Amino acid sequence: MGKRVVVTGLGVCAPNGIGLNDFTKALKEGTSGIRFDKQLQDLKFGCQIAAEPQLDEALINQYFTPLQLRGLNASGILYGVIAGTDAWKDAGLSISEKETPDWDSGIIFGTGILGVDKFRESIHLVDAQNVRRLGSTTVLQTMASGISAYLGGIFGCGNQVTTNSSACTTGTEGILMAYDRIVSGKAKRILTGSCSDSGPYVWGGFDAMRILPRQYNDNPTEASRPMSANAAGFVPGSGAGALVLESLDSALERGAKIYAEVLGGAVNSGGQRGEGSMTAPNSNAVQRCIKDAVDSAGIQSSEVDTINGHLTATAKDPTEIKNWTKALNRTGADFPYVNSFKGLFGHCLAASGSIESVGAVLQFKEGQVFGNINCEEIHPEILELIEVDKIPRKTIVHKPKIVAKASFGFGDVNACVIFKAFND
Amino acid sequence: MTGTEHYQKLQDIIKIYLPEDVSADNISEESHLINELNINSANLVDIVLDVEDAFDIRLENEDMDQMETVKDALQIIDKKLSEV
Repeated sequence: MGKRVVVTGLGVCAPNGIGLNDFTKALKEGTSGIRFDKQLQDLKFGCQIAAEPQLDEALINQYFTPLQLRGLNASGILYGVIAGTDAWKDAGLSISEKETPDWDSGIIFGTGILGVDKFRESIHLVDAQNVRRLGSTTVLQTMASGISAYLGGIFGCGNQVTTNSSACTTGTEGILMAYDRIVSGKAKRILTGSCSDSGPYVWGGFDAMRILPRQYNDNPTEASRPMSANAAGFVPGSGAGALVLESLDSALERGAKIYAEVLGGAVNSGGQRGEGSMTAPNSNAVQRCIKDAVDSAGIQSSEVDTINGHLTATAKDPTEIKNWTKALNRTGADFPYVNSFKGLFGHCLAASGSIESVGAVLQFKEGQVFGNINCEEIHPEILELIEVDKIPRKTIVHKPKIVAKASFGFGDVNACVIFKAFND
Repeated sequence: MTGTEHYQKLQDIIKIYLPEDVSADNISEESHLINELNINSANLVDIVLDVEDAFDIRLENEDMDQMETVKDALQIIDKKLSEV
Protein backbone atom coordinates (compact mmCIF):
# COMPACT_ATOMS: atom_id res chain seq x y z
CA MET A 1 0.00 0.00 0.00
CA GLY A 2 1.53 3.29 -1.10
CA LYS A 3 1.49 6.50 0.86
CA ARG A 4 -1.59 8.73 0.68
CA VAL A 5 -0.85 12.11 -0.87
CA VAL A 6 -2.44 15.46 -0.04
CA VAL A 7 -2.15 19.06 -1.19
CA THR A 8 -0.89 21.28 1.63
CA GLY A 9 0.15 24.44 -0.17
CA LEU A 10 -0.94 26.50 -3.18
CA GLY A 11 0.56 29.48 -4.97
CA VAL A 12 -0.30 31.23 -8.18
CA CYS A 13 0.91 34.00 -10.44
CA ALA A 14 -1.92 34.26 -12.95
CA PRO A 15 -2.97 36.88 -15.48
CA ASN A 16 -6.14 37.61 -13.50
CA GLY A 17 -4.67 37.47 -10.01
CA ILE A 18 -1.37 37.05 -8.21
CA GLY A 19 -1.62 35.26 -4.86
CA LEU A 20 -4.46 33.06 -3.65
CA ASN A 21 -6.75 35.87 -2.45
CA ASP A 22 -6.80 37.85 -5.67
CA PHE A 23 -6.92 34.73 -7.83
CA THR A 24 -9.81 33.18 -5.88
CA LYS A 25 -11.74 36.44 -6.06
CA ALA A 26 -11.17 36.70 -9.81
CA LEU A 27 -12.33 33.12 -10.39
CA LYS A 28 -15.43 33.63 -8.24
CA GLU A 29 -16.38 36.89 -9.87
CA GLY A 30 -15.39 35.98 -13.40
CA THR A 31 -12.71 38.67 -13.70
CA SER A 32 -10.71 38.40 -16.91
CA GLY A 33 -6.94 38.72 -17.17
CA ILE A 34 -6.94 39.16 -20.93
CA ARG A 35 -5.74 42.52 -22.19
CA PHE A 36 -4.77 44.35 -25.36
CA ASP A 37 -1.02 43.98 -25.98
CA LYS A 38 0.62 46.95 -27.66
CA GLN A 39 3.81 45.03 -28.41
CA LEU A 40 1.87 42.40 -30.38
CA GLN A 41 0.18 45.19 -32.34
CA ASP A 42 3.51 46.87 -33.09
CA LEU A 43 4.85 43.54 -34.32
CA LYS A 44 1.82 43.08 -36.57
CA PHE A 45 0.46 39.96 -34.92
CA GLY A 46 -2.99 38.85 -36.04
CA CYS A 47 -3.89 38.30 -32.40
CA GLN A 48 -3.01 41.43 -30.42
CA ILE A 49 -4.33 40.37 -27.05
CA ALA A 50 -2.75 38.24 -24.35
CA ALA A 51 -3.09 37.19 -20.74
CA GLU A 52 -0.04 38.11 -18.69
CA PRO A 53 0.41 38.43 -14.90
CA GLN A 54 0.60 42.09 -13.86
CA LEU A 55 3.87 42.28 -11.96
CA ASP A 56 5.41 45.40 -10.51
CA GLU A 57 8.82 46.14 -9.08
CA ALA A 58 7.67 46.25 -5.45
CA LEU A 59 6.15 42.79 -5.74
CA ILE A 60 9.21 41.35 -7.51
CA ASN A 61 11.49 42.75 -4.80
CA GLN A 62 9.61 40.74 -2.18
CA TYR A 63 10.70 37.50 -3.84
CA PHE A 64 14.16 38.21 -5.24
CA THR A 65 17.40 39.63 -3.86
CA PRO A 66 19.06 42.46 -5.79
CA LEU A 67 21.72 39.95 -6.84
CA GLN A 68 19.12 37.52 -8.22
CA LEU A 69 17.53 40.37 -10.15
CA ARG A 70 20.83 41.43 -11.71
CA GLY A 71 20.41 40.83 -15.44
CA LEU A 72 17.32 38.67 -14.86
CA ASN A 73 15.28 38.71 -18.06
CA ALA A 74 13.21 35.54 -17.87
CA SER A 75 9.56 36.16 -17.07
CA GLY A 76 8.90 32.46 -16.46
CA ILE A 77 11.41 32.50 -13.61
CA LEU A 78 9.69 35.53 -12.07
CA TYR A 79 6.28 33.84 -12.24
CA GLY A 80 7.55 30.45 -11.11
CA VAL A 81 9.49 31.78 -8.12
CA ILE A 82 6.52 33.91 -7.01
CA ALA A 83 4.04 31.01 -7.27
CA GLY A 84 6.48 28.47 -5.83
CA THR A 85 7.49 30.65 -2.88
CA ASP A 86 3.85 31.38 -2.08
CA ALA A 87 2.95 27.67 -2.17
CA TRP A 88 5.91 26.80 0.06
CA LYS A 89 4.93 29.44 2.61
CA ASP A 90 1.24 28.57 2.34
CA ALA A 91 2.17 25.01 3.31
CA GLY A 92 3.88 26.40 6.40
CA LEU A 93 7.27 25.07 5.31
CA SER A 94 10.52 26.70 6.29
CA ILE A 95 13.71 27.29 4.35
CA SER A 96 16.41 24.78 5.21
CA GLU A 97 19.49 25.91 7.05
CA LYS A 98 22.64 27.02 5.38
CA GLU A 99 24.68 23.84 5.60
CA THR A 100 22.23 20.97 5.14
CA PRO A 101 19.65 20.45 2.42
CA ASP A 102 16.20 19.09 3.23
CA TRP A 103 16.60 15.55 1.87
CA ASP A 104 12.86 14.83 2.07
CA SER A 105 11.70 17.73 -0.10
CA GLY A 106 12.02 18.03 -3.86
CA ILE A 107 10.95 20.17 -6.80
CA ILE A 108 9.25 19.04 -10.00
CA PHE A 109 8.55 22.30 -11.77
CA GLY A 110 7.93 22.25 -15.50
CA THR A 111 8.11 24.66 -18.37
CA GLY A 112 7.84 24.65 -22.15
CA ILE A 113 10.66 27.06 -22.85
CA LEU A 114 12.43 29.32 -20.40
CA GLY A 115 14.14 32.68 -20.54
CA VAL A 116 13.19 33.46 -24.12
CA ASP A 117 13.94 37.16 -23.72
CA LYS A 118 17.30 36.39 -22.16
CA PHE A 119 18.02 34.03 -25.02
CA ARG A 120 17.18 36.74 -27.52
CA GLU A 121 19.52 39.14 -25.68
CA SER A 122 22.28 36.51 -25.88
CA ILE A 123 21.74 35.83 -29.57
CA HIS A 124 22.27 39.51 -30.33
CA LEU A 125 25.47 39.61 -28.26
CA VAL A 126 26.81 36.40 -29.78
CA ASP A 127 26.08 37.53 -33.32
CA ALA A 128 27.88 40.79 -32.60
CA GLN A 129 30.98 38.76 -31.60
CA ASN A 130 30.45 39.85 -28.03
CA VAL A 131 29.99 36.52 -26.30
CA ARG A 132 32.25 37.69 -23.47
CA ARG A 133 29.49 40.09 -22.38
CA LEU A 134 26.84 37.39 -21.67
CA GLY A 135 27.40 37.38 -17.92
CA SER A 136 27.17 34.45 -15.55
CA THR A 137 23.41 33.80 -15.51
CA THR A 138 22.57 33.36 -19.19
CA VAL A 139 22.78 29.59 -18.89
CA LEU A 140 20.74 29.47 -15.68
CA GLN A 141 18.00 31.62 -17.15
CA THR A 142 17.73 29.78 -20.45
CA MET A 143 18.12 26.16 -19.40
CA ALA A 144 14.68 24.55 -19.08
CA SER A 145 15.48 23.40 -15.56
CA GLY A 146 16.39 26.96 -14.56
CA ILE A 147 13.08 27.26 -12.76
CA SER A 148 13.53 24.15 -10.63
CA ALA A 149 17.13 25.17 -10.02
CA TYR A 150 16.11 28.60 -8.72
CA LEU A 151 13.38 27.16 -6.49
CA GLY A 152 15.53 24.29 -5.23
CA GLY A 153 18.22 26.76 -4.23
CA ILE A 154 15.84 29.13 -2.48
CA PHE A 155 14.36 26.40 -0.27
CA GLY A 156 17.40 24.13 -0.02
CA CYS A 157 15.67 21.02 -1.36
CA GLY A 158 17.76 17.86 -1.29
CA ASN A 159 15.39 15.41 -2.94
CA GLN A 160 14.80 15.22 -6.71
CA VAL A 161 14.98 18.68 -8.30
CA THR A 162 13.88 18.57 -11.93
CA THR A 163 11.85 20.12 -14.70
CA ASN A 164 9.33 18.24 -16.82
CA SER A 165 8.14 19.36 -20.23
CA SER A 166 5.17 18.04 -22.17
CA ALA A 167 3.69 21.09 -23.88
CA CYS A 168 0.32 22.12 -22.45
CA THR A 169 0.15 18.96 -20.34
CA THR A 170 3.25 19.97 -18.37
CA GLY A 171 1.60 21.30 -15.19
CA THR A 172 -0.82 18.41 -14.76
CA GLU A 173 1.85 15.86 -15.59
CA GLY A 174 4.11 17.41 -12.93
CA ILE A 175 1.46 16.87 -10.27
CA LEU A 176 1.33 13.18 -11.16
CA MET A 177 5.12 12.88 -11.19
CA ALA A 178 5.19 14.40 -7.71
CA TYR A 179 2.35 12.10 -6.64
CA ASP A 180 4.21 9.00 -7.84
CA ARG A 181 7.37 9.97 -6.01
CA ILE A 182 5.53 10.50 -2.74
CA VAL A 183 3.34 7.39 -3.07
CA SER A 184 6.46 5.28 -3.49
CA GLY A 185 8.02 6.82 -0.39
CA LYS A 186 10.93 8.40 -2.28
CA ALA A 187 10.03 11.89 -1.08
CA LYS A 188 7.91 13.32 1.72
CA ARG A 189 6.93 16.39 -0.17
CA ILE A 190 7.38 17.88 -3.61
CA LEU A 191 6.80 21.43 -4.73
CA THR A 192 5.29 20.90 -8.16
CA GLY A 193 4.03 23.38 -10.71
CA SER A 194 4.90 24.94 -14.00
CA CYS A 195 5.60 28.28 -15.60
CA SER A 196 5.48 29.83 -19.02
CA ASP A 197 7.24 32.96 -20.30
CA SER A 198 5.37 35.92 -21.74
CA GLY A 199 5.92 37.64 -25.02
CA PRO A 200 5.91 37.63 -28.78
CA TYR A 201 8.75 35.13 -29.14
CA VAL A 202 6.75 32.52 -27.24
CA TRP A 203 3.40 33.31 -28.80
CA GLY A 204 4.48 34.08 -32.37
CA GLY A 205 4.48 30.48 -33.53
CA PHE A 206 0.87 30.05 -32.45
CA ASP A 207 -0.15 33.23 -34.26
CA ALA A 208 1.55 31.85 -37.37
CA MET A 209 -0.52 28.68 -37.06
CA ARG A 210 -3.67 30.88 -37.20
CA ILE A 211 -5.07 29.29 -34.08
CA LEU A 212 -5.34 32.50 -32.02
CA PRO A 213 -8.41 34.76 -32.20
CA ARG A 214 -7.94 37.77 -34.49
CA GLN A 215 -11.28 39.53 -34.28
CA TYR A 216 -11.22 40.53 -30.61
CA ASN A 217 -8.33 42.99 -30.54
CA ASP A 218 -10.73 45.75 -29.51
CA ASN A 219 -12.60 43.53 -27.13
CA PRO A 220 -10.05 41.39 -25.30
CA THR A 221 -12.10 40.13 -22.36
CA GLU A 222 -14.58 38.49 -24.73
CA ALA A 223 -11.99 36.74 -26.88
CA SER A 224 -11.59 33.46 -25.02
CA ARG A 225 -14.81 31.52 -25.41
CA PRO A 226 -14.48 27.90 -24.23
CA MET A 227 -17.43 25.65 -25.09
CA SER A 228 -19.08 28.52 -26.93
CA ALA A 229 -20.84 28.22 -30.29
CA ASN A 230 -18.55 30.96 -31.58
CA ALA A 231 -15.26 29.94 -29.98
CA ALA A 232 -12.57 31.66 -32.03
CA GLY A 233 -9.29 30.16 -30.87
CA PHE A 234 -7.21 30.29 -27.71
CA VAL A 235 -5.81 33.47 -26.24
CA PRO A 236 -2.08 33.17 -25.48
CA GLY A 237 -1.20 33.47 -21.82
CA SER A 238 1.61 33.09 -19.32
CA GLY A 239 2.22 32.75 -15.59
CA ALA A 240 2.77 29.98 -13.08
CA GLY A 241 0.93 27.79 -10.63
CA ALA A 242 2.39 25.76 -7.79
CA LEU A 243 1.20 23.07 -5.40
CA VAL A 244 2.92 21.43 -2.46
CA LEU A 245 2.12 17.72 -2.53
CA GLU A 246 2.93 15.85 0.63
CA SER A 247 2.43 12.44 2.19
CA LEU A 248 -0.59 12.42 4.46
CA ASP A 249 1.64 11.15 7.26
CA SER A 250 3.96 14.12 6.93
CA ALA A 251 1.08 16.59 6.65
CA LEU A 252 -0.58 15.22 9.81
CA GLU A 253 2.72 15.16 11.67
CA ARG A 254 3.28 18.83 10.84
CA GLY A 255 -0.33 19.74 11.57
CA ALA A 256 -0.51 21.24 8.06
CA LYS A 257 -3.78 22.38 6.55
CA ILE A 258 -5.00 20.08 3.81
CA TYR A 259 -6.74 21.40 0.71
CA ALA A 260 -7.49 18.06 -0.94
CA GLU A 261 -6.24 14.55 -1.42
CA VAL A 262 -4.67 13.45 -4.70
CA LEU A 263 -6.23 10.07 -5.36
CA GLY A 264 -4.28 9.30 -8.51
CA GLY A 265 -4.30 9.97 -12.20
CA ALA A 266 -2.88 8.93 -15.52
CA VAL A 267 -0.70 10.18 -18.35
CA ASN A 268 -0.53 8.75 -21.83
CA SER A 269 -0.10 9.61 -25.49
CA GLY A 270 -2.15 8.95 -28.57
CA GLY A 271 1.07 8.21 -30.41
CA GLN A 272 0.01 10.58 -33.22
CA ARG A 273 -1.89 7.64 -34.65
CA GLY A 274 -5.49 7.42 -35.78
CA GLU A 275 -7.00 10.92 -35.58
CA GLY A 276 -4.10 11.97 -33.36
CA SER A 277 -1.33 14.14 -34.80
CA MET A 278 1.38 16.47 -33.60
CA THR A 279 -1.31 19.07 -32.87
CA ALA A 280 -4.58 17.12 -32.56
CA PRO A 281 -5.46 14.61 -29.84
CA ASN A 282 -6.34 11.03 -30.52
CA SER A 283 -9.74 10.73 -28.81
CA ASN A 284 -9.22 7.09 -27.93
CA ALA A 285 -6.10 8.06 -25.99
CA VAL A 286 -7.90 10.92 -24.23
CA GLN A 287 -10.71 8.61 -23.16
CA ARG A 288 -8.27 5.98 -22.06
CA CYS A 289 -6.32 8.54 -20.02
CA ILE A 290 -9.46 9.68 -18.18
CA LYS A 291 -10.58 6.08 -17.57
CA ASP A 292 -7.14 5.10 -16.33
CA ALA A 293 -7.12 8.11 -14.02
CA VAL A 294 -10.48 7.07 -12.52
CA ASP A 295 -9.24 3.49 -12.09
CA SER A 296 -5.98 4.65 -10.58
CA ALA A 297 -7.96 6.73 -8.07
CA GLY A 298 -9.91 3.67 -7.01
CA ILE A 299 -13.27 5.35 -7.58
CA GLN A 300 -16.25 4.79 -9.86
CA SER A 301 -16.70 7.21 -12.74
CA SER A 302 -20.10 8.05 -11.23
CA GLU A 303 -18.32 9.66 -8.28
CA VAL A 304 -16.72 12.45 -10.31
CA ASP A 305 -18.90 15.50 -9.64
CA THR A 306 -16.77 18.30 -11.08
CA ILE A 307 -14.52 18.49 -14.15
CA ASN A 308 -11.98 21.18 -14.91
CA GLY A 309 -11.36 20.64 -18.59
CA HIS A 310 -8.55 21.52 -20.94
CA LEU A 311 -11.15 23.28 -23.15
CA THR A 312 -9.05 25.87 -24.92
CA ALA A 313 -11.83 27.67 -26.84
CA THR A 314 -11.18 26.14 -30.23
CA ALA A 315 -13.41 24.03 -32.46
CA LYS A 316 -12.09 21.00 -30.56
CA ASP A 317 -14.04 21.76 -27.36
CA PRO A 318 -17.08 19.64 -28.37
CA THR A 319 -14.71 16.72 -29.04
CA GLU A 320 -13.26 17.06 -25.56
CA ILE A 321 -16.73 17.04 -23.97
CA LYS A 322 -17.60 13.99 -26.04
CA ASN A 323 -14.46 12.27 -24.78
CA TRP A 324 -15.43 12.99 -21.17
CA THR A 325 -18.96 11.62 -21.74
CA LYS A 326 -17.55 8.44 -23.23
CA ALA A 327 -14.76 7.97 -20.69
CA LEU A 328 -17.06 8.50 -17.72
CA ASN A 329 -20.03 6.89 -19.48
CA ARG A 330 -22.20 9.78 -18.38
CA THR A 331 -24.32 12.20 -20.40
CA GLY A 332 -27.14 14.70 -20.07
CA ALA A 333 -28.16 15.58 -16.53
CA ASP A 334 -25.95 12.77 -15.21
CA PHE A 335 -22.80 14.57 -16.42
CA PRO A 336 -20.63 16.31 -13.77
CA TYR A 337 -20.32 20.09 -13.57
CA VAL A 338 -17.69 21.24 -16.03
CA ASN A 339 -15.70 24.44 -16.24
CA SER A 340 -12.77 25.92 -18.12
CA PHE A 341 -10.79 28.76 -16.60
CA LYS A 342 -9.36 29.65 -20.00
CA GLY A 343 -12.29 32.00 -20.57
CA LEU A 344 -10.74 34.13 -17.81
CA PHE A 345 -7.01 33.92 -18.49
CA GLY A 346 -6.58 32.29 -21.85
CA HIS A 347 -4.24 29.41 -22.43
CA CYS A 348 -1.14 29.74 -20.28
CA LEU A 349 0.52 26.91 -22.26
CA ALA A 350 3.01 25.00 -20.10
CA ALA A 351 1.65 26.87 -17.06
CA SER A 352 -1.98 26.10 -17.81
CA GLY A 353 -2.17 22.73 -16.05
CA SER A 354 -0.75 24.03 -12.78
CA ILE A 355 -2.60 27.36 -12.67
CA GLU A 356 -5.86 25.59 -13.49
CA SER A 357 -5.18 22.85 -10.94
CA VAL A 358 -4.70 25.50 -8.26
CA GLY A 359 -8.08 26.93 -9.26
CA ALA A 360 -9.68 23.48 -9.39
CA VAL A 361 -8.43 22.67 -5.86
CA LEU A 362 -9.56 26.05 -4.50
CA GLN A 363 -13.10 24.97 -5.32
CA PHE A 364 -12.96 22.48 -2.42
CA LYS A 365 -12.02 25.24 0.01
CA GLU A 366 -14.67 27.62 -1.29
CA GLY A 367 -17.43 25.02 -1.62
CA GLN A 368 -18.09 26.38 -5.08
CA VAL A 369 -17.71 25.58 -8.74
CA PHE A 370 -16.29 28.65 -10.44
CA GLY A 371 -18.29 29.95 -13.37
CA ASN A 372 -17.48 29.87 -17.08
CA ILE A 373 -17.54 33.14 -18.99
CA ASN A 374 -18.10 33.97 -22.64
CA CYS A 375 -20.29 30.96 -23.36
CA GLU A 376 -23.74 32.52 -23.31
CA GLU A 377 -24.45 30.47 -26.40
CA ILE A 378 -23.06 27.00 -25.85
CA HIS A 379 -21.87 25.00 -28.83
CA PRO A 380 -24.82 22.96 -30.15
CA GLU A 381 -22.75 19.77 -30.32
CA ILE A 382 -22.04 20.12 -26.61
CA LEU A 383 -25.72 20.63 -25.82
CA GLU A 384 -26.47 17.37 -27.61
CA LEU A 385 -24.23 15.63 -25.08
CA ILE A 386 -24.84 17.28 -21.72
CA GLU A 387 -27.43 19.38 -19.89
CA VAL A 388 -26.89 23.11 -20.11
CA ASP A 389 -27.00 23.39 -16.28
CA LYS A 390 -23.82 21.36 -16.09
CA ILE A 391 -21.90 24.32 -17.54
CA PRO A 392 -22.30 26.98 -14.82
CA ARG A 393 -22.16 30.44 -16.38
CA LYS A 394 -21.83 31.95 -12.92
CA THR A 395 -20.05 30.62 -9.85
CA ILE A 396 -22.38 28.23 -8.04
CA VAL A 397 -22.50 26.81 -4.53
CA HIS A 398 -21.53 23.16 -4.79
CA LYS A 399 -19.20 21.30 -2.50
CA PRO A 400 -17.14 19.14 -4.84
CA LYS A 401 -16.26 15.66 -3.60
CA ILE A 402 -14.25 14.52 -6.58
CA VAL A 403 -12.68 16.89 -9.11
CA ALA A 404 -11.13 15.54 -12.30
CA LYS A 405 -8.63 17.86 -14.00
CA ALA A 406 -7.24 17.10 -17.44
CA SER A 407 -4.73 18.73 -19.77
CA PHE A 408 -3.78 17.82 -23.31
CA GLY A 409 -0.80 18.97 -25.32
CA PHE A 410 1.01 19.11 -28.65
CA GLY A 411 2.69 15.81 -29.37
CA ASP A 412 -0.64 14.10 -28.63
CA VAL A 413 0.05 13.85 -24.90
CA ASN A 414 -2.57 13.68 -22.14
CA ALA A 415 -2.75 13.90 -18.36
CA CYS A 416 -5.66 13.59 -15.95
CA VAL A 417 -5.47 13.95 -12.17
CA ILE A 418 -8.18 13.11 -9.63
CA PHE A 419 -8.54 15.29 -6.51
CA LYS A 420 -10.80 14.40 -3.61
CA ALA A 421 -12.23 16.55 -0.82
CA PHE A 422 -10.29 15.79 2.35
CA ASN A 423 -12.41 15.21 5.41
CA ASP A 424 -10.86 12.41 7.39
CA MET B 1 38.98 60.32 -10.87
CA THR B 2 41.13 59.80 -7.76
CA GLY B 3 42.14 56.54 -6.17
CA THR B 4 39.51 57.01 -3.46
CA GLU B 5 36.84 57.50 -6.08
CA HIS B 6 37.92 54.32 -7.85
CA TYR B 7 37.77 52.42 -4.59
CA GLN B 8 34.32 53.81 -3.83
CA LYS B 9 33.06 52.88 -7.27
CA LEU B 10 34.49 49.37 -7.02
CA GLN B 11 32.96 48.88 -3.58
CA ASP B 12 29.55 49.79 -4.96
CA ILE B 13 29.98 47.16 -7.66
CA ILE B 14 31.20 44.45 -5.30
CA LYS B 15 28.46 45.10 -2.73
CA ILE B 16 25.72 43.60 -4.83
CA TYR B 17 27.56 40.28 -5.20
CA LEU B 18 28.10 39.71 -1.48
CA PRO B 19 26.25 36.78 0.05
CA GLU B 20 23.53 37.73 2.51
CA ASP B 21 25.66 37.08 5.57
CA VAL B 22 28.57 39.29 4.49
CA SER B 23 28.08 42.99 5.07
CA ALA B 24 29.50 45.73 2.85
CA ASP B 25 31.52 46.90 5.90
CA ASN B 26 33.68 43.82 5.44
CA ILE B 27 35.09 45.14 2.17
CA SER B 28 38.61 46.45 2.51
CA GLU B 29 41.43 46.86 0.04
CA GLU B 30 43.01 43.68 1.33
CA SER B 31 39.83 41.55 1.01
CA HIS B 32 40.11 38.44 -1.12
CA LEU B 33 36.99 38.41 -3.28
CA ILE B 34 36.29 34.69 -3.10
CA ASN B 35 38.04 33.47 0.04
CA GLU B 36 37.15 36.34 2.35
CA LEU B 37 34.11 38.05 0.90
CA ASN B 38 32.66 34.66 -0.10
CA ILE B 39 31.63 35.90 -3.52
CA ASN B 40 30.49 33.07 -5.77
CA SER B 41 33.31 32.53 -8.25
CA ALA B 42 30.76 32.48 -11.10
CA ASN B 43 29.98 36.11 -10.29
CA LEU B 44 33.57 37.24 -10.97
CA VAL B 45 32.70 37.51 -14.64
CA ASP B 46 29.79 39.79 -13.74
CA ILE B 47 32.03 41.97 -11.60
CA VAL B 48 34.42 42.24 -14.55
CA LEU B 49 31.59 43.34 -16.84
CA ASP B 50 30.34 45.88 -14.30
CA VAL B 51 33.88 47.24 -13.91
CA GLU B 52 34.19 47.56 -17.69
CA ASP B 53 30.97 49.54 -17.83
CA ALA B 54 31.74 51.72 -14.82
CA PHE B 55 35.27 52.65 -15.88
CA ASP B 56 34.83 52.39 -19.62
CA ILE B 57 37.71 49.95 -20.01
CA ARG B 58 38.10 46.44 -21.33
CA LEU B 59 39.46 43.64 -19.19
CA GLU B 60 41.01 40.54 -20.73
CA ASN B 61 40.88 37.00 -19.38
CA GLU B 62 44.40 37.39 -17.93
CA ASP B 63 43.24 40.47 -16.02
CA MET B 64 40.42 38.52 -14.52
CA ASP B 65 42.76 35.71 -13.48
CA GLN B 66 44.91 38.20 -11.59
CA MET B 67 41.99 39.84 -9.86
CA GLU B 68 42.01 38.07 -6.50
CA THR B 69 41.71 40.91 -4.04
CA VAL B 70 40.07 44.32 -4.11
CA LYS B 71 43.55 45.82 -4.33
CA ASP B 72 44.36 43.65 -7.39
CA ALA B 73 41.24 44.94 -9.06
CA LEU B 74 42.13 48.55 -8.31
CA GLN B 75 45.62 48.09 -9.73
CA ILE B 76 44.27 46.55 -12.91
CA ILE B 77 41.76 49.37 -13.28
CA ASP B 78 44.49 52.00 -12.82
CA LYS B 79 46.71 50.25 -15.32
CA LYS B 80 43.95 50.07 -17.92
CA LEU B 81 42.99 53.70 -17.38
CA SER B 82 46.59 54.83 -17.81
CA GLU B 83 46.74 52.96 -21.13
CA VAL B 84 43.72 54.78 -22.53
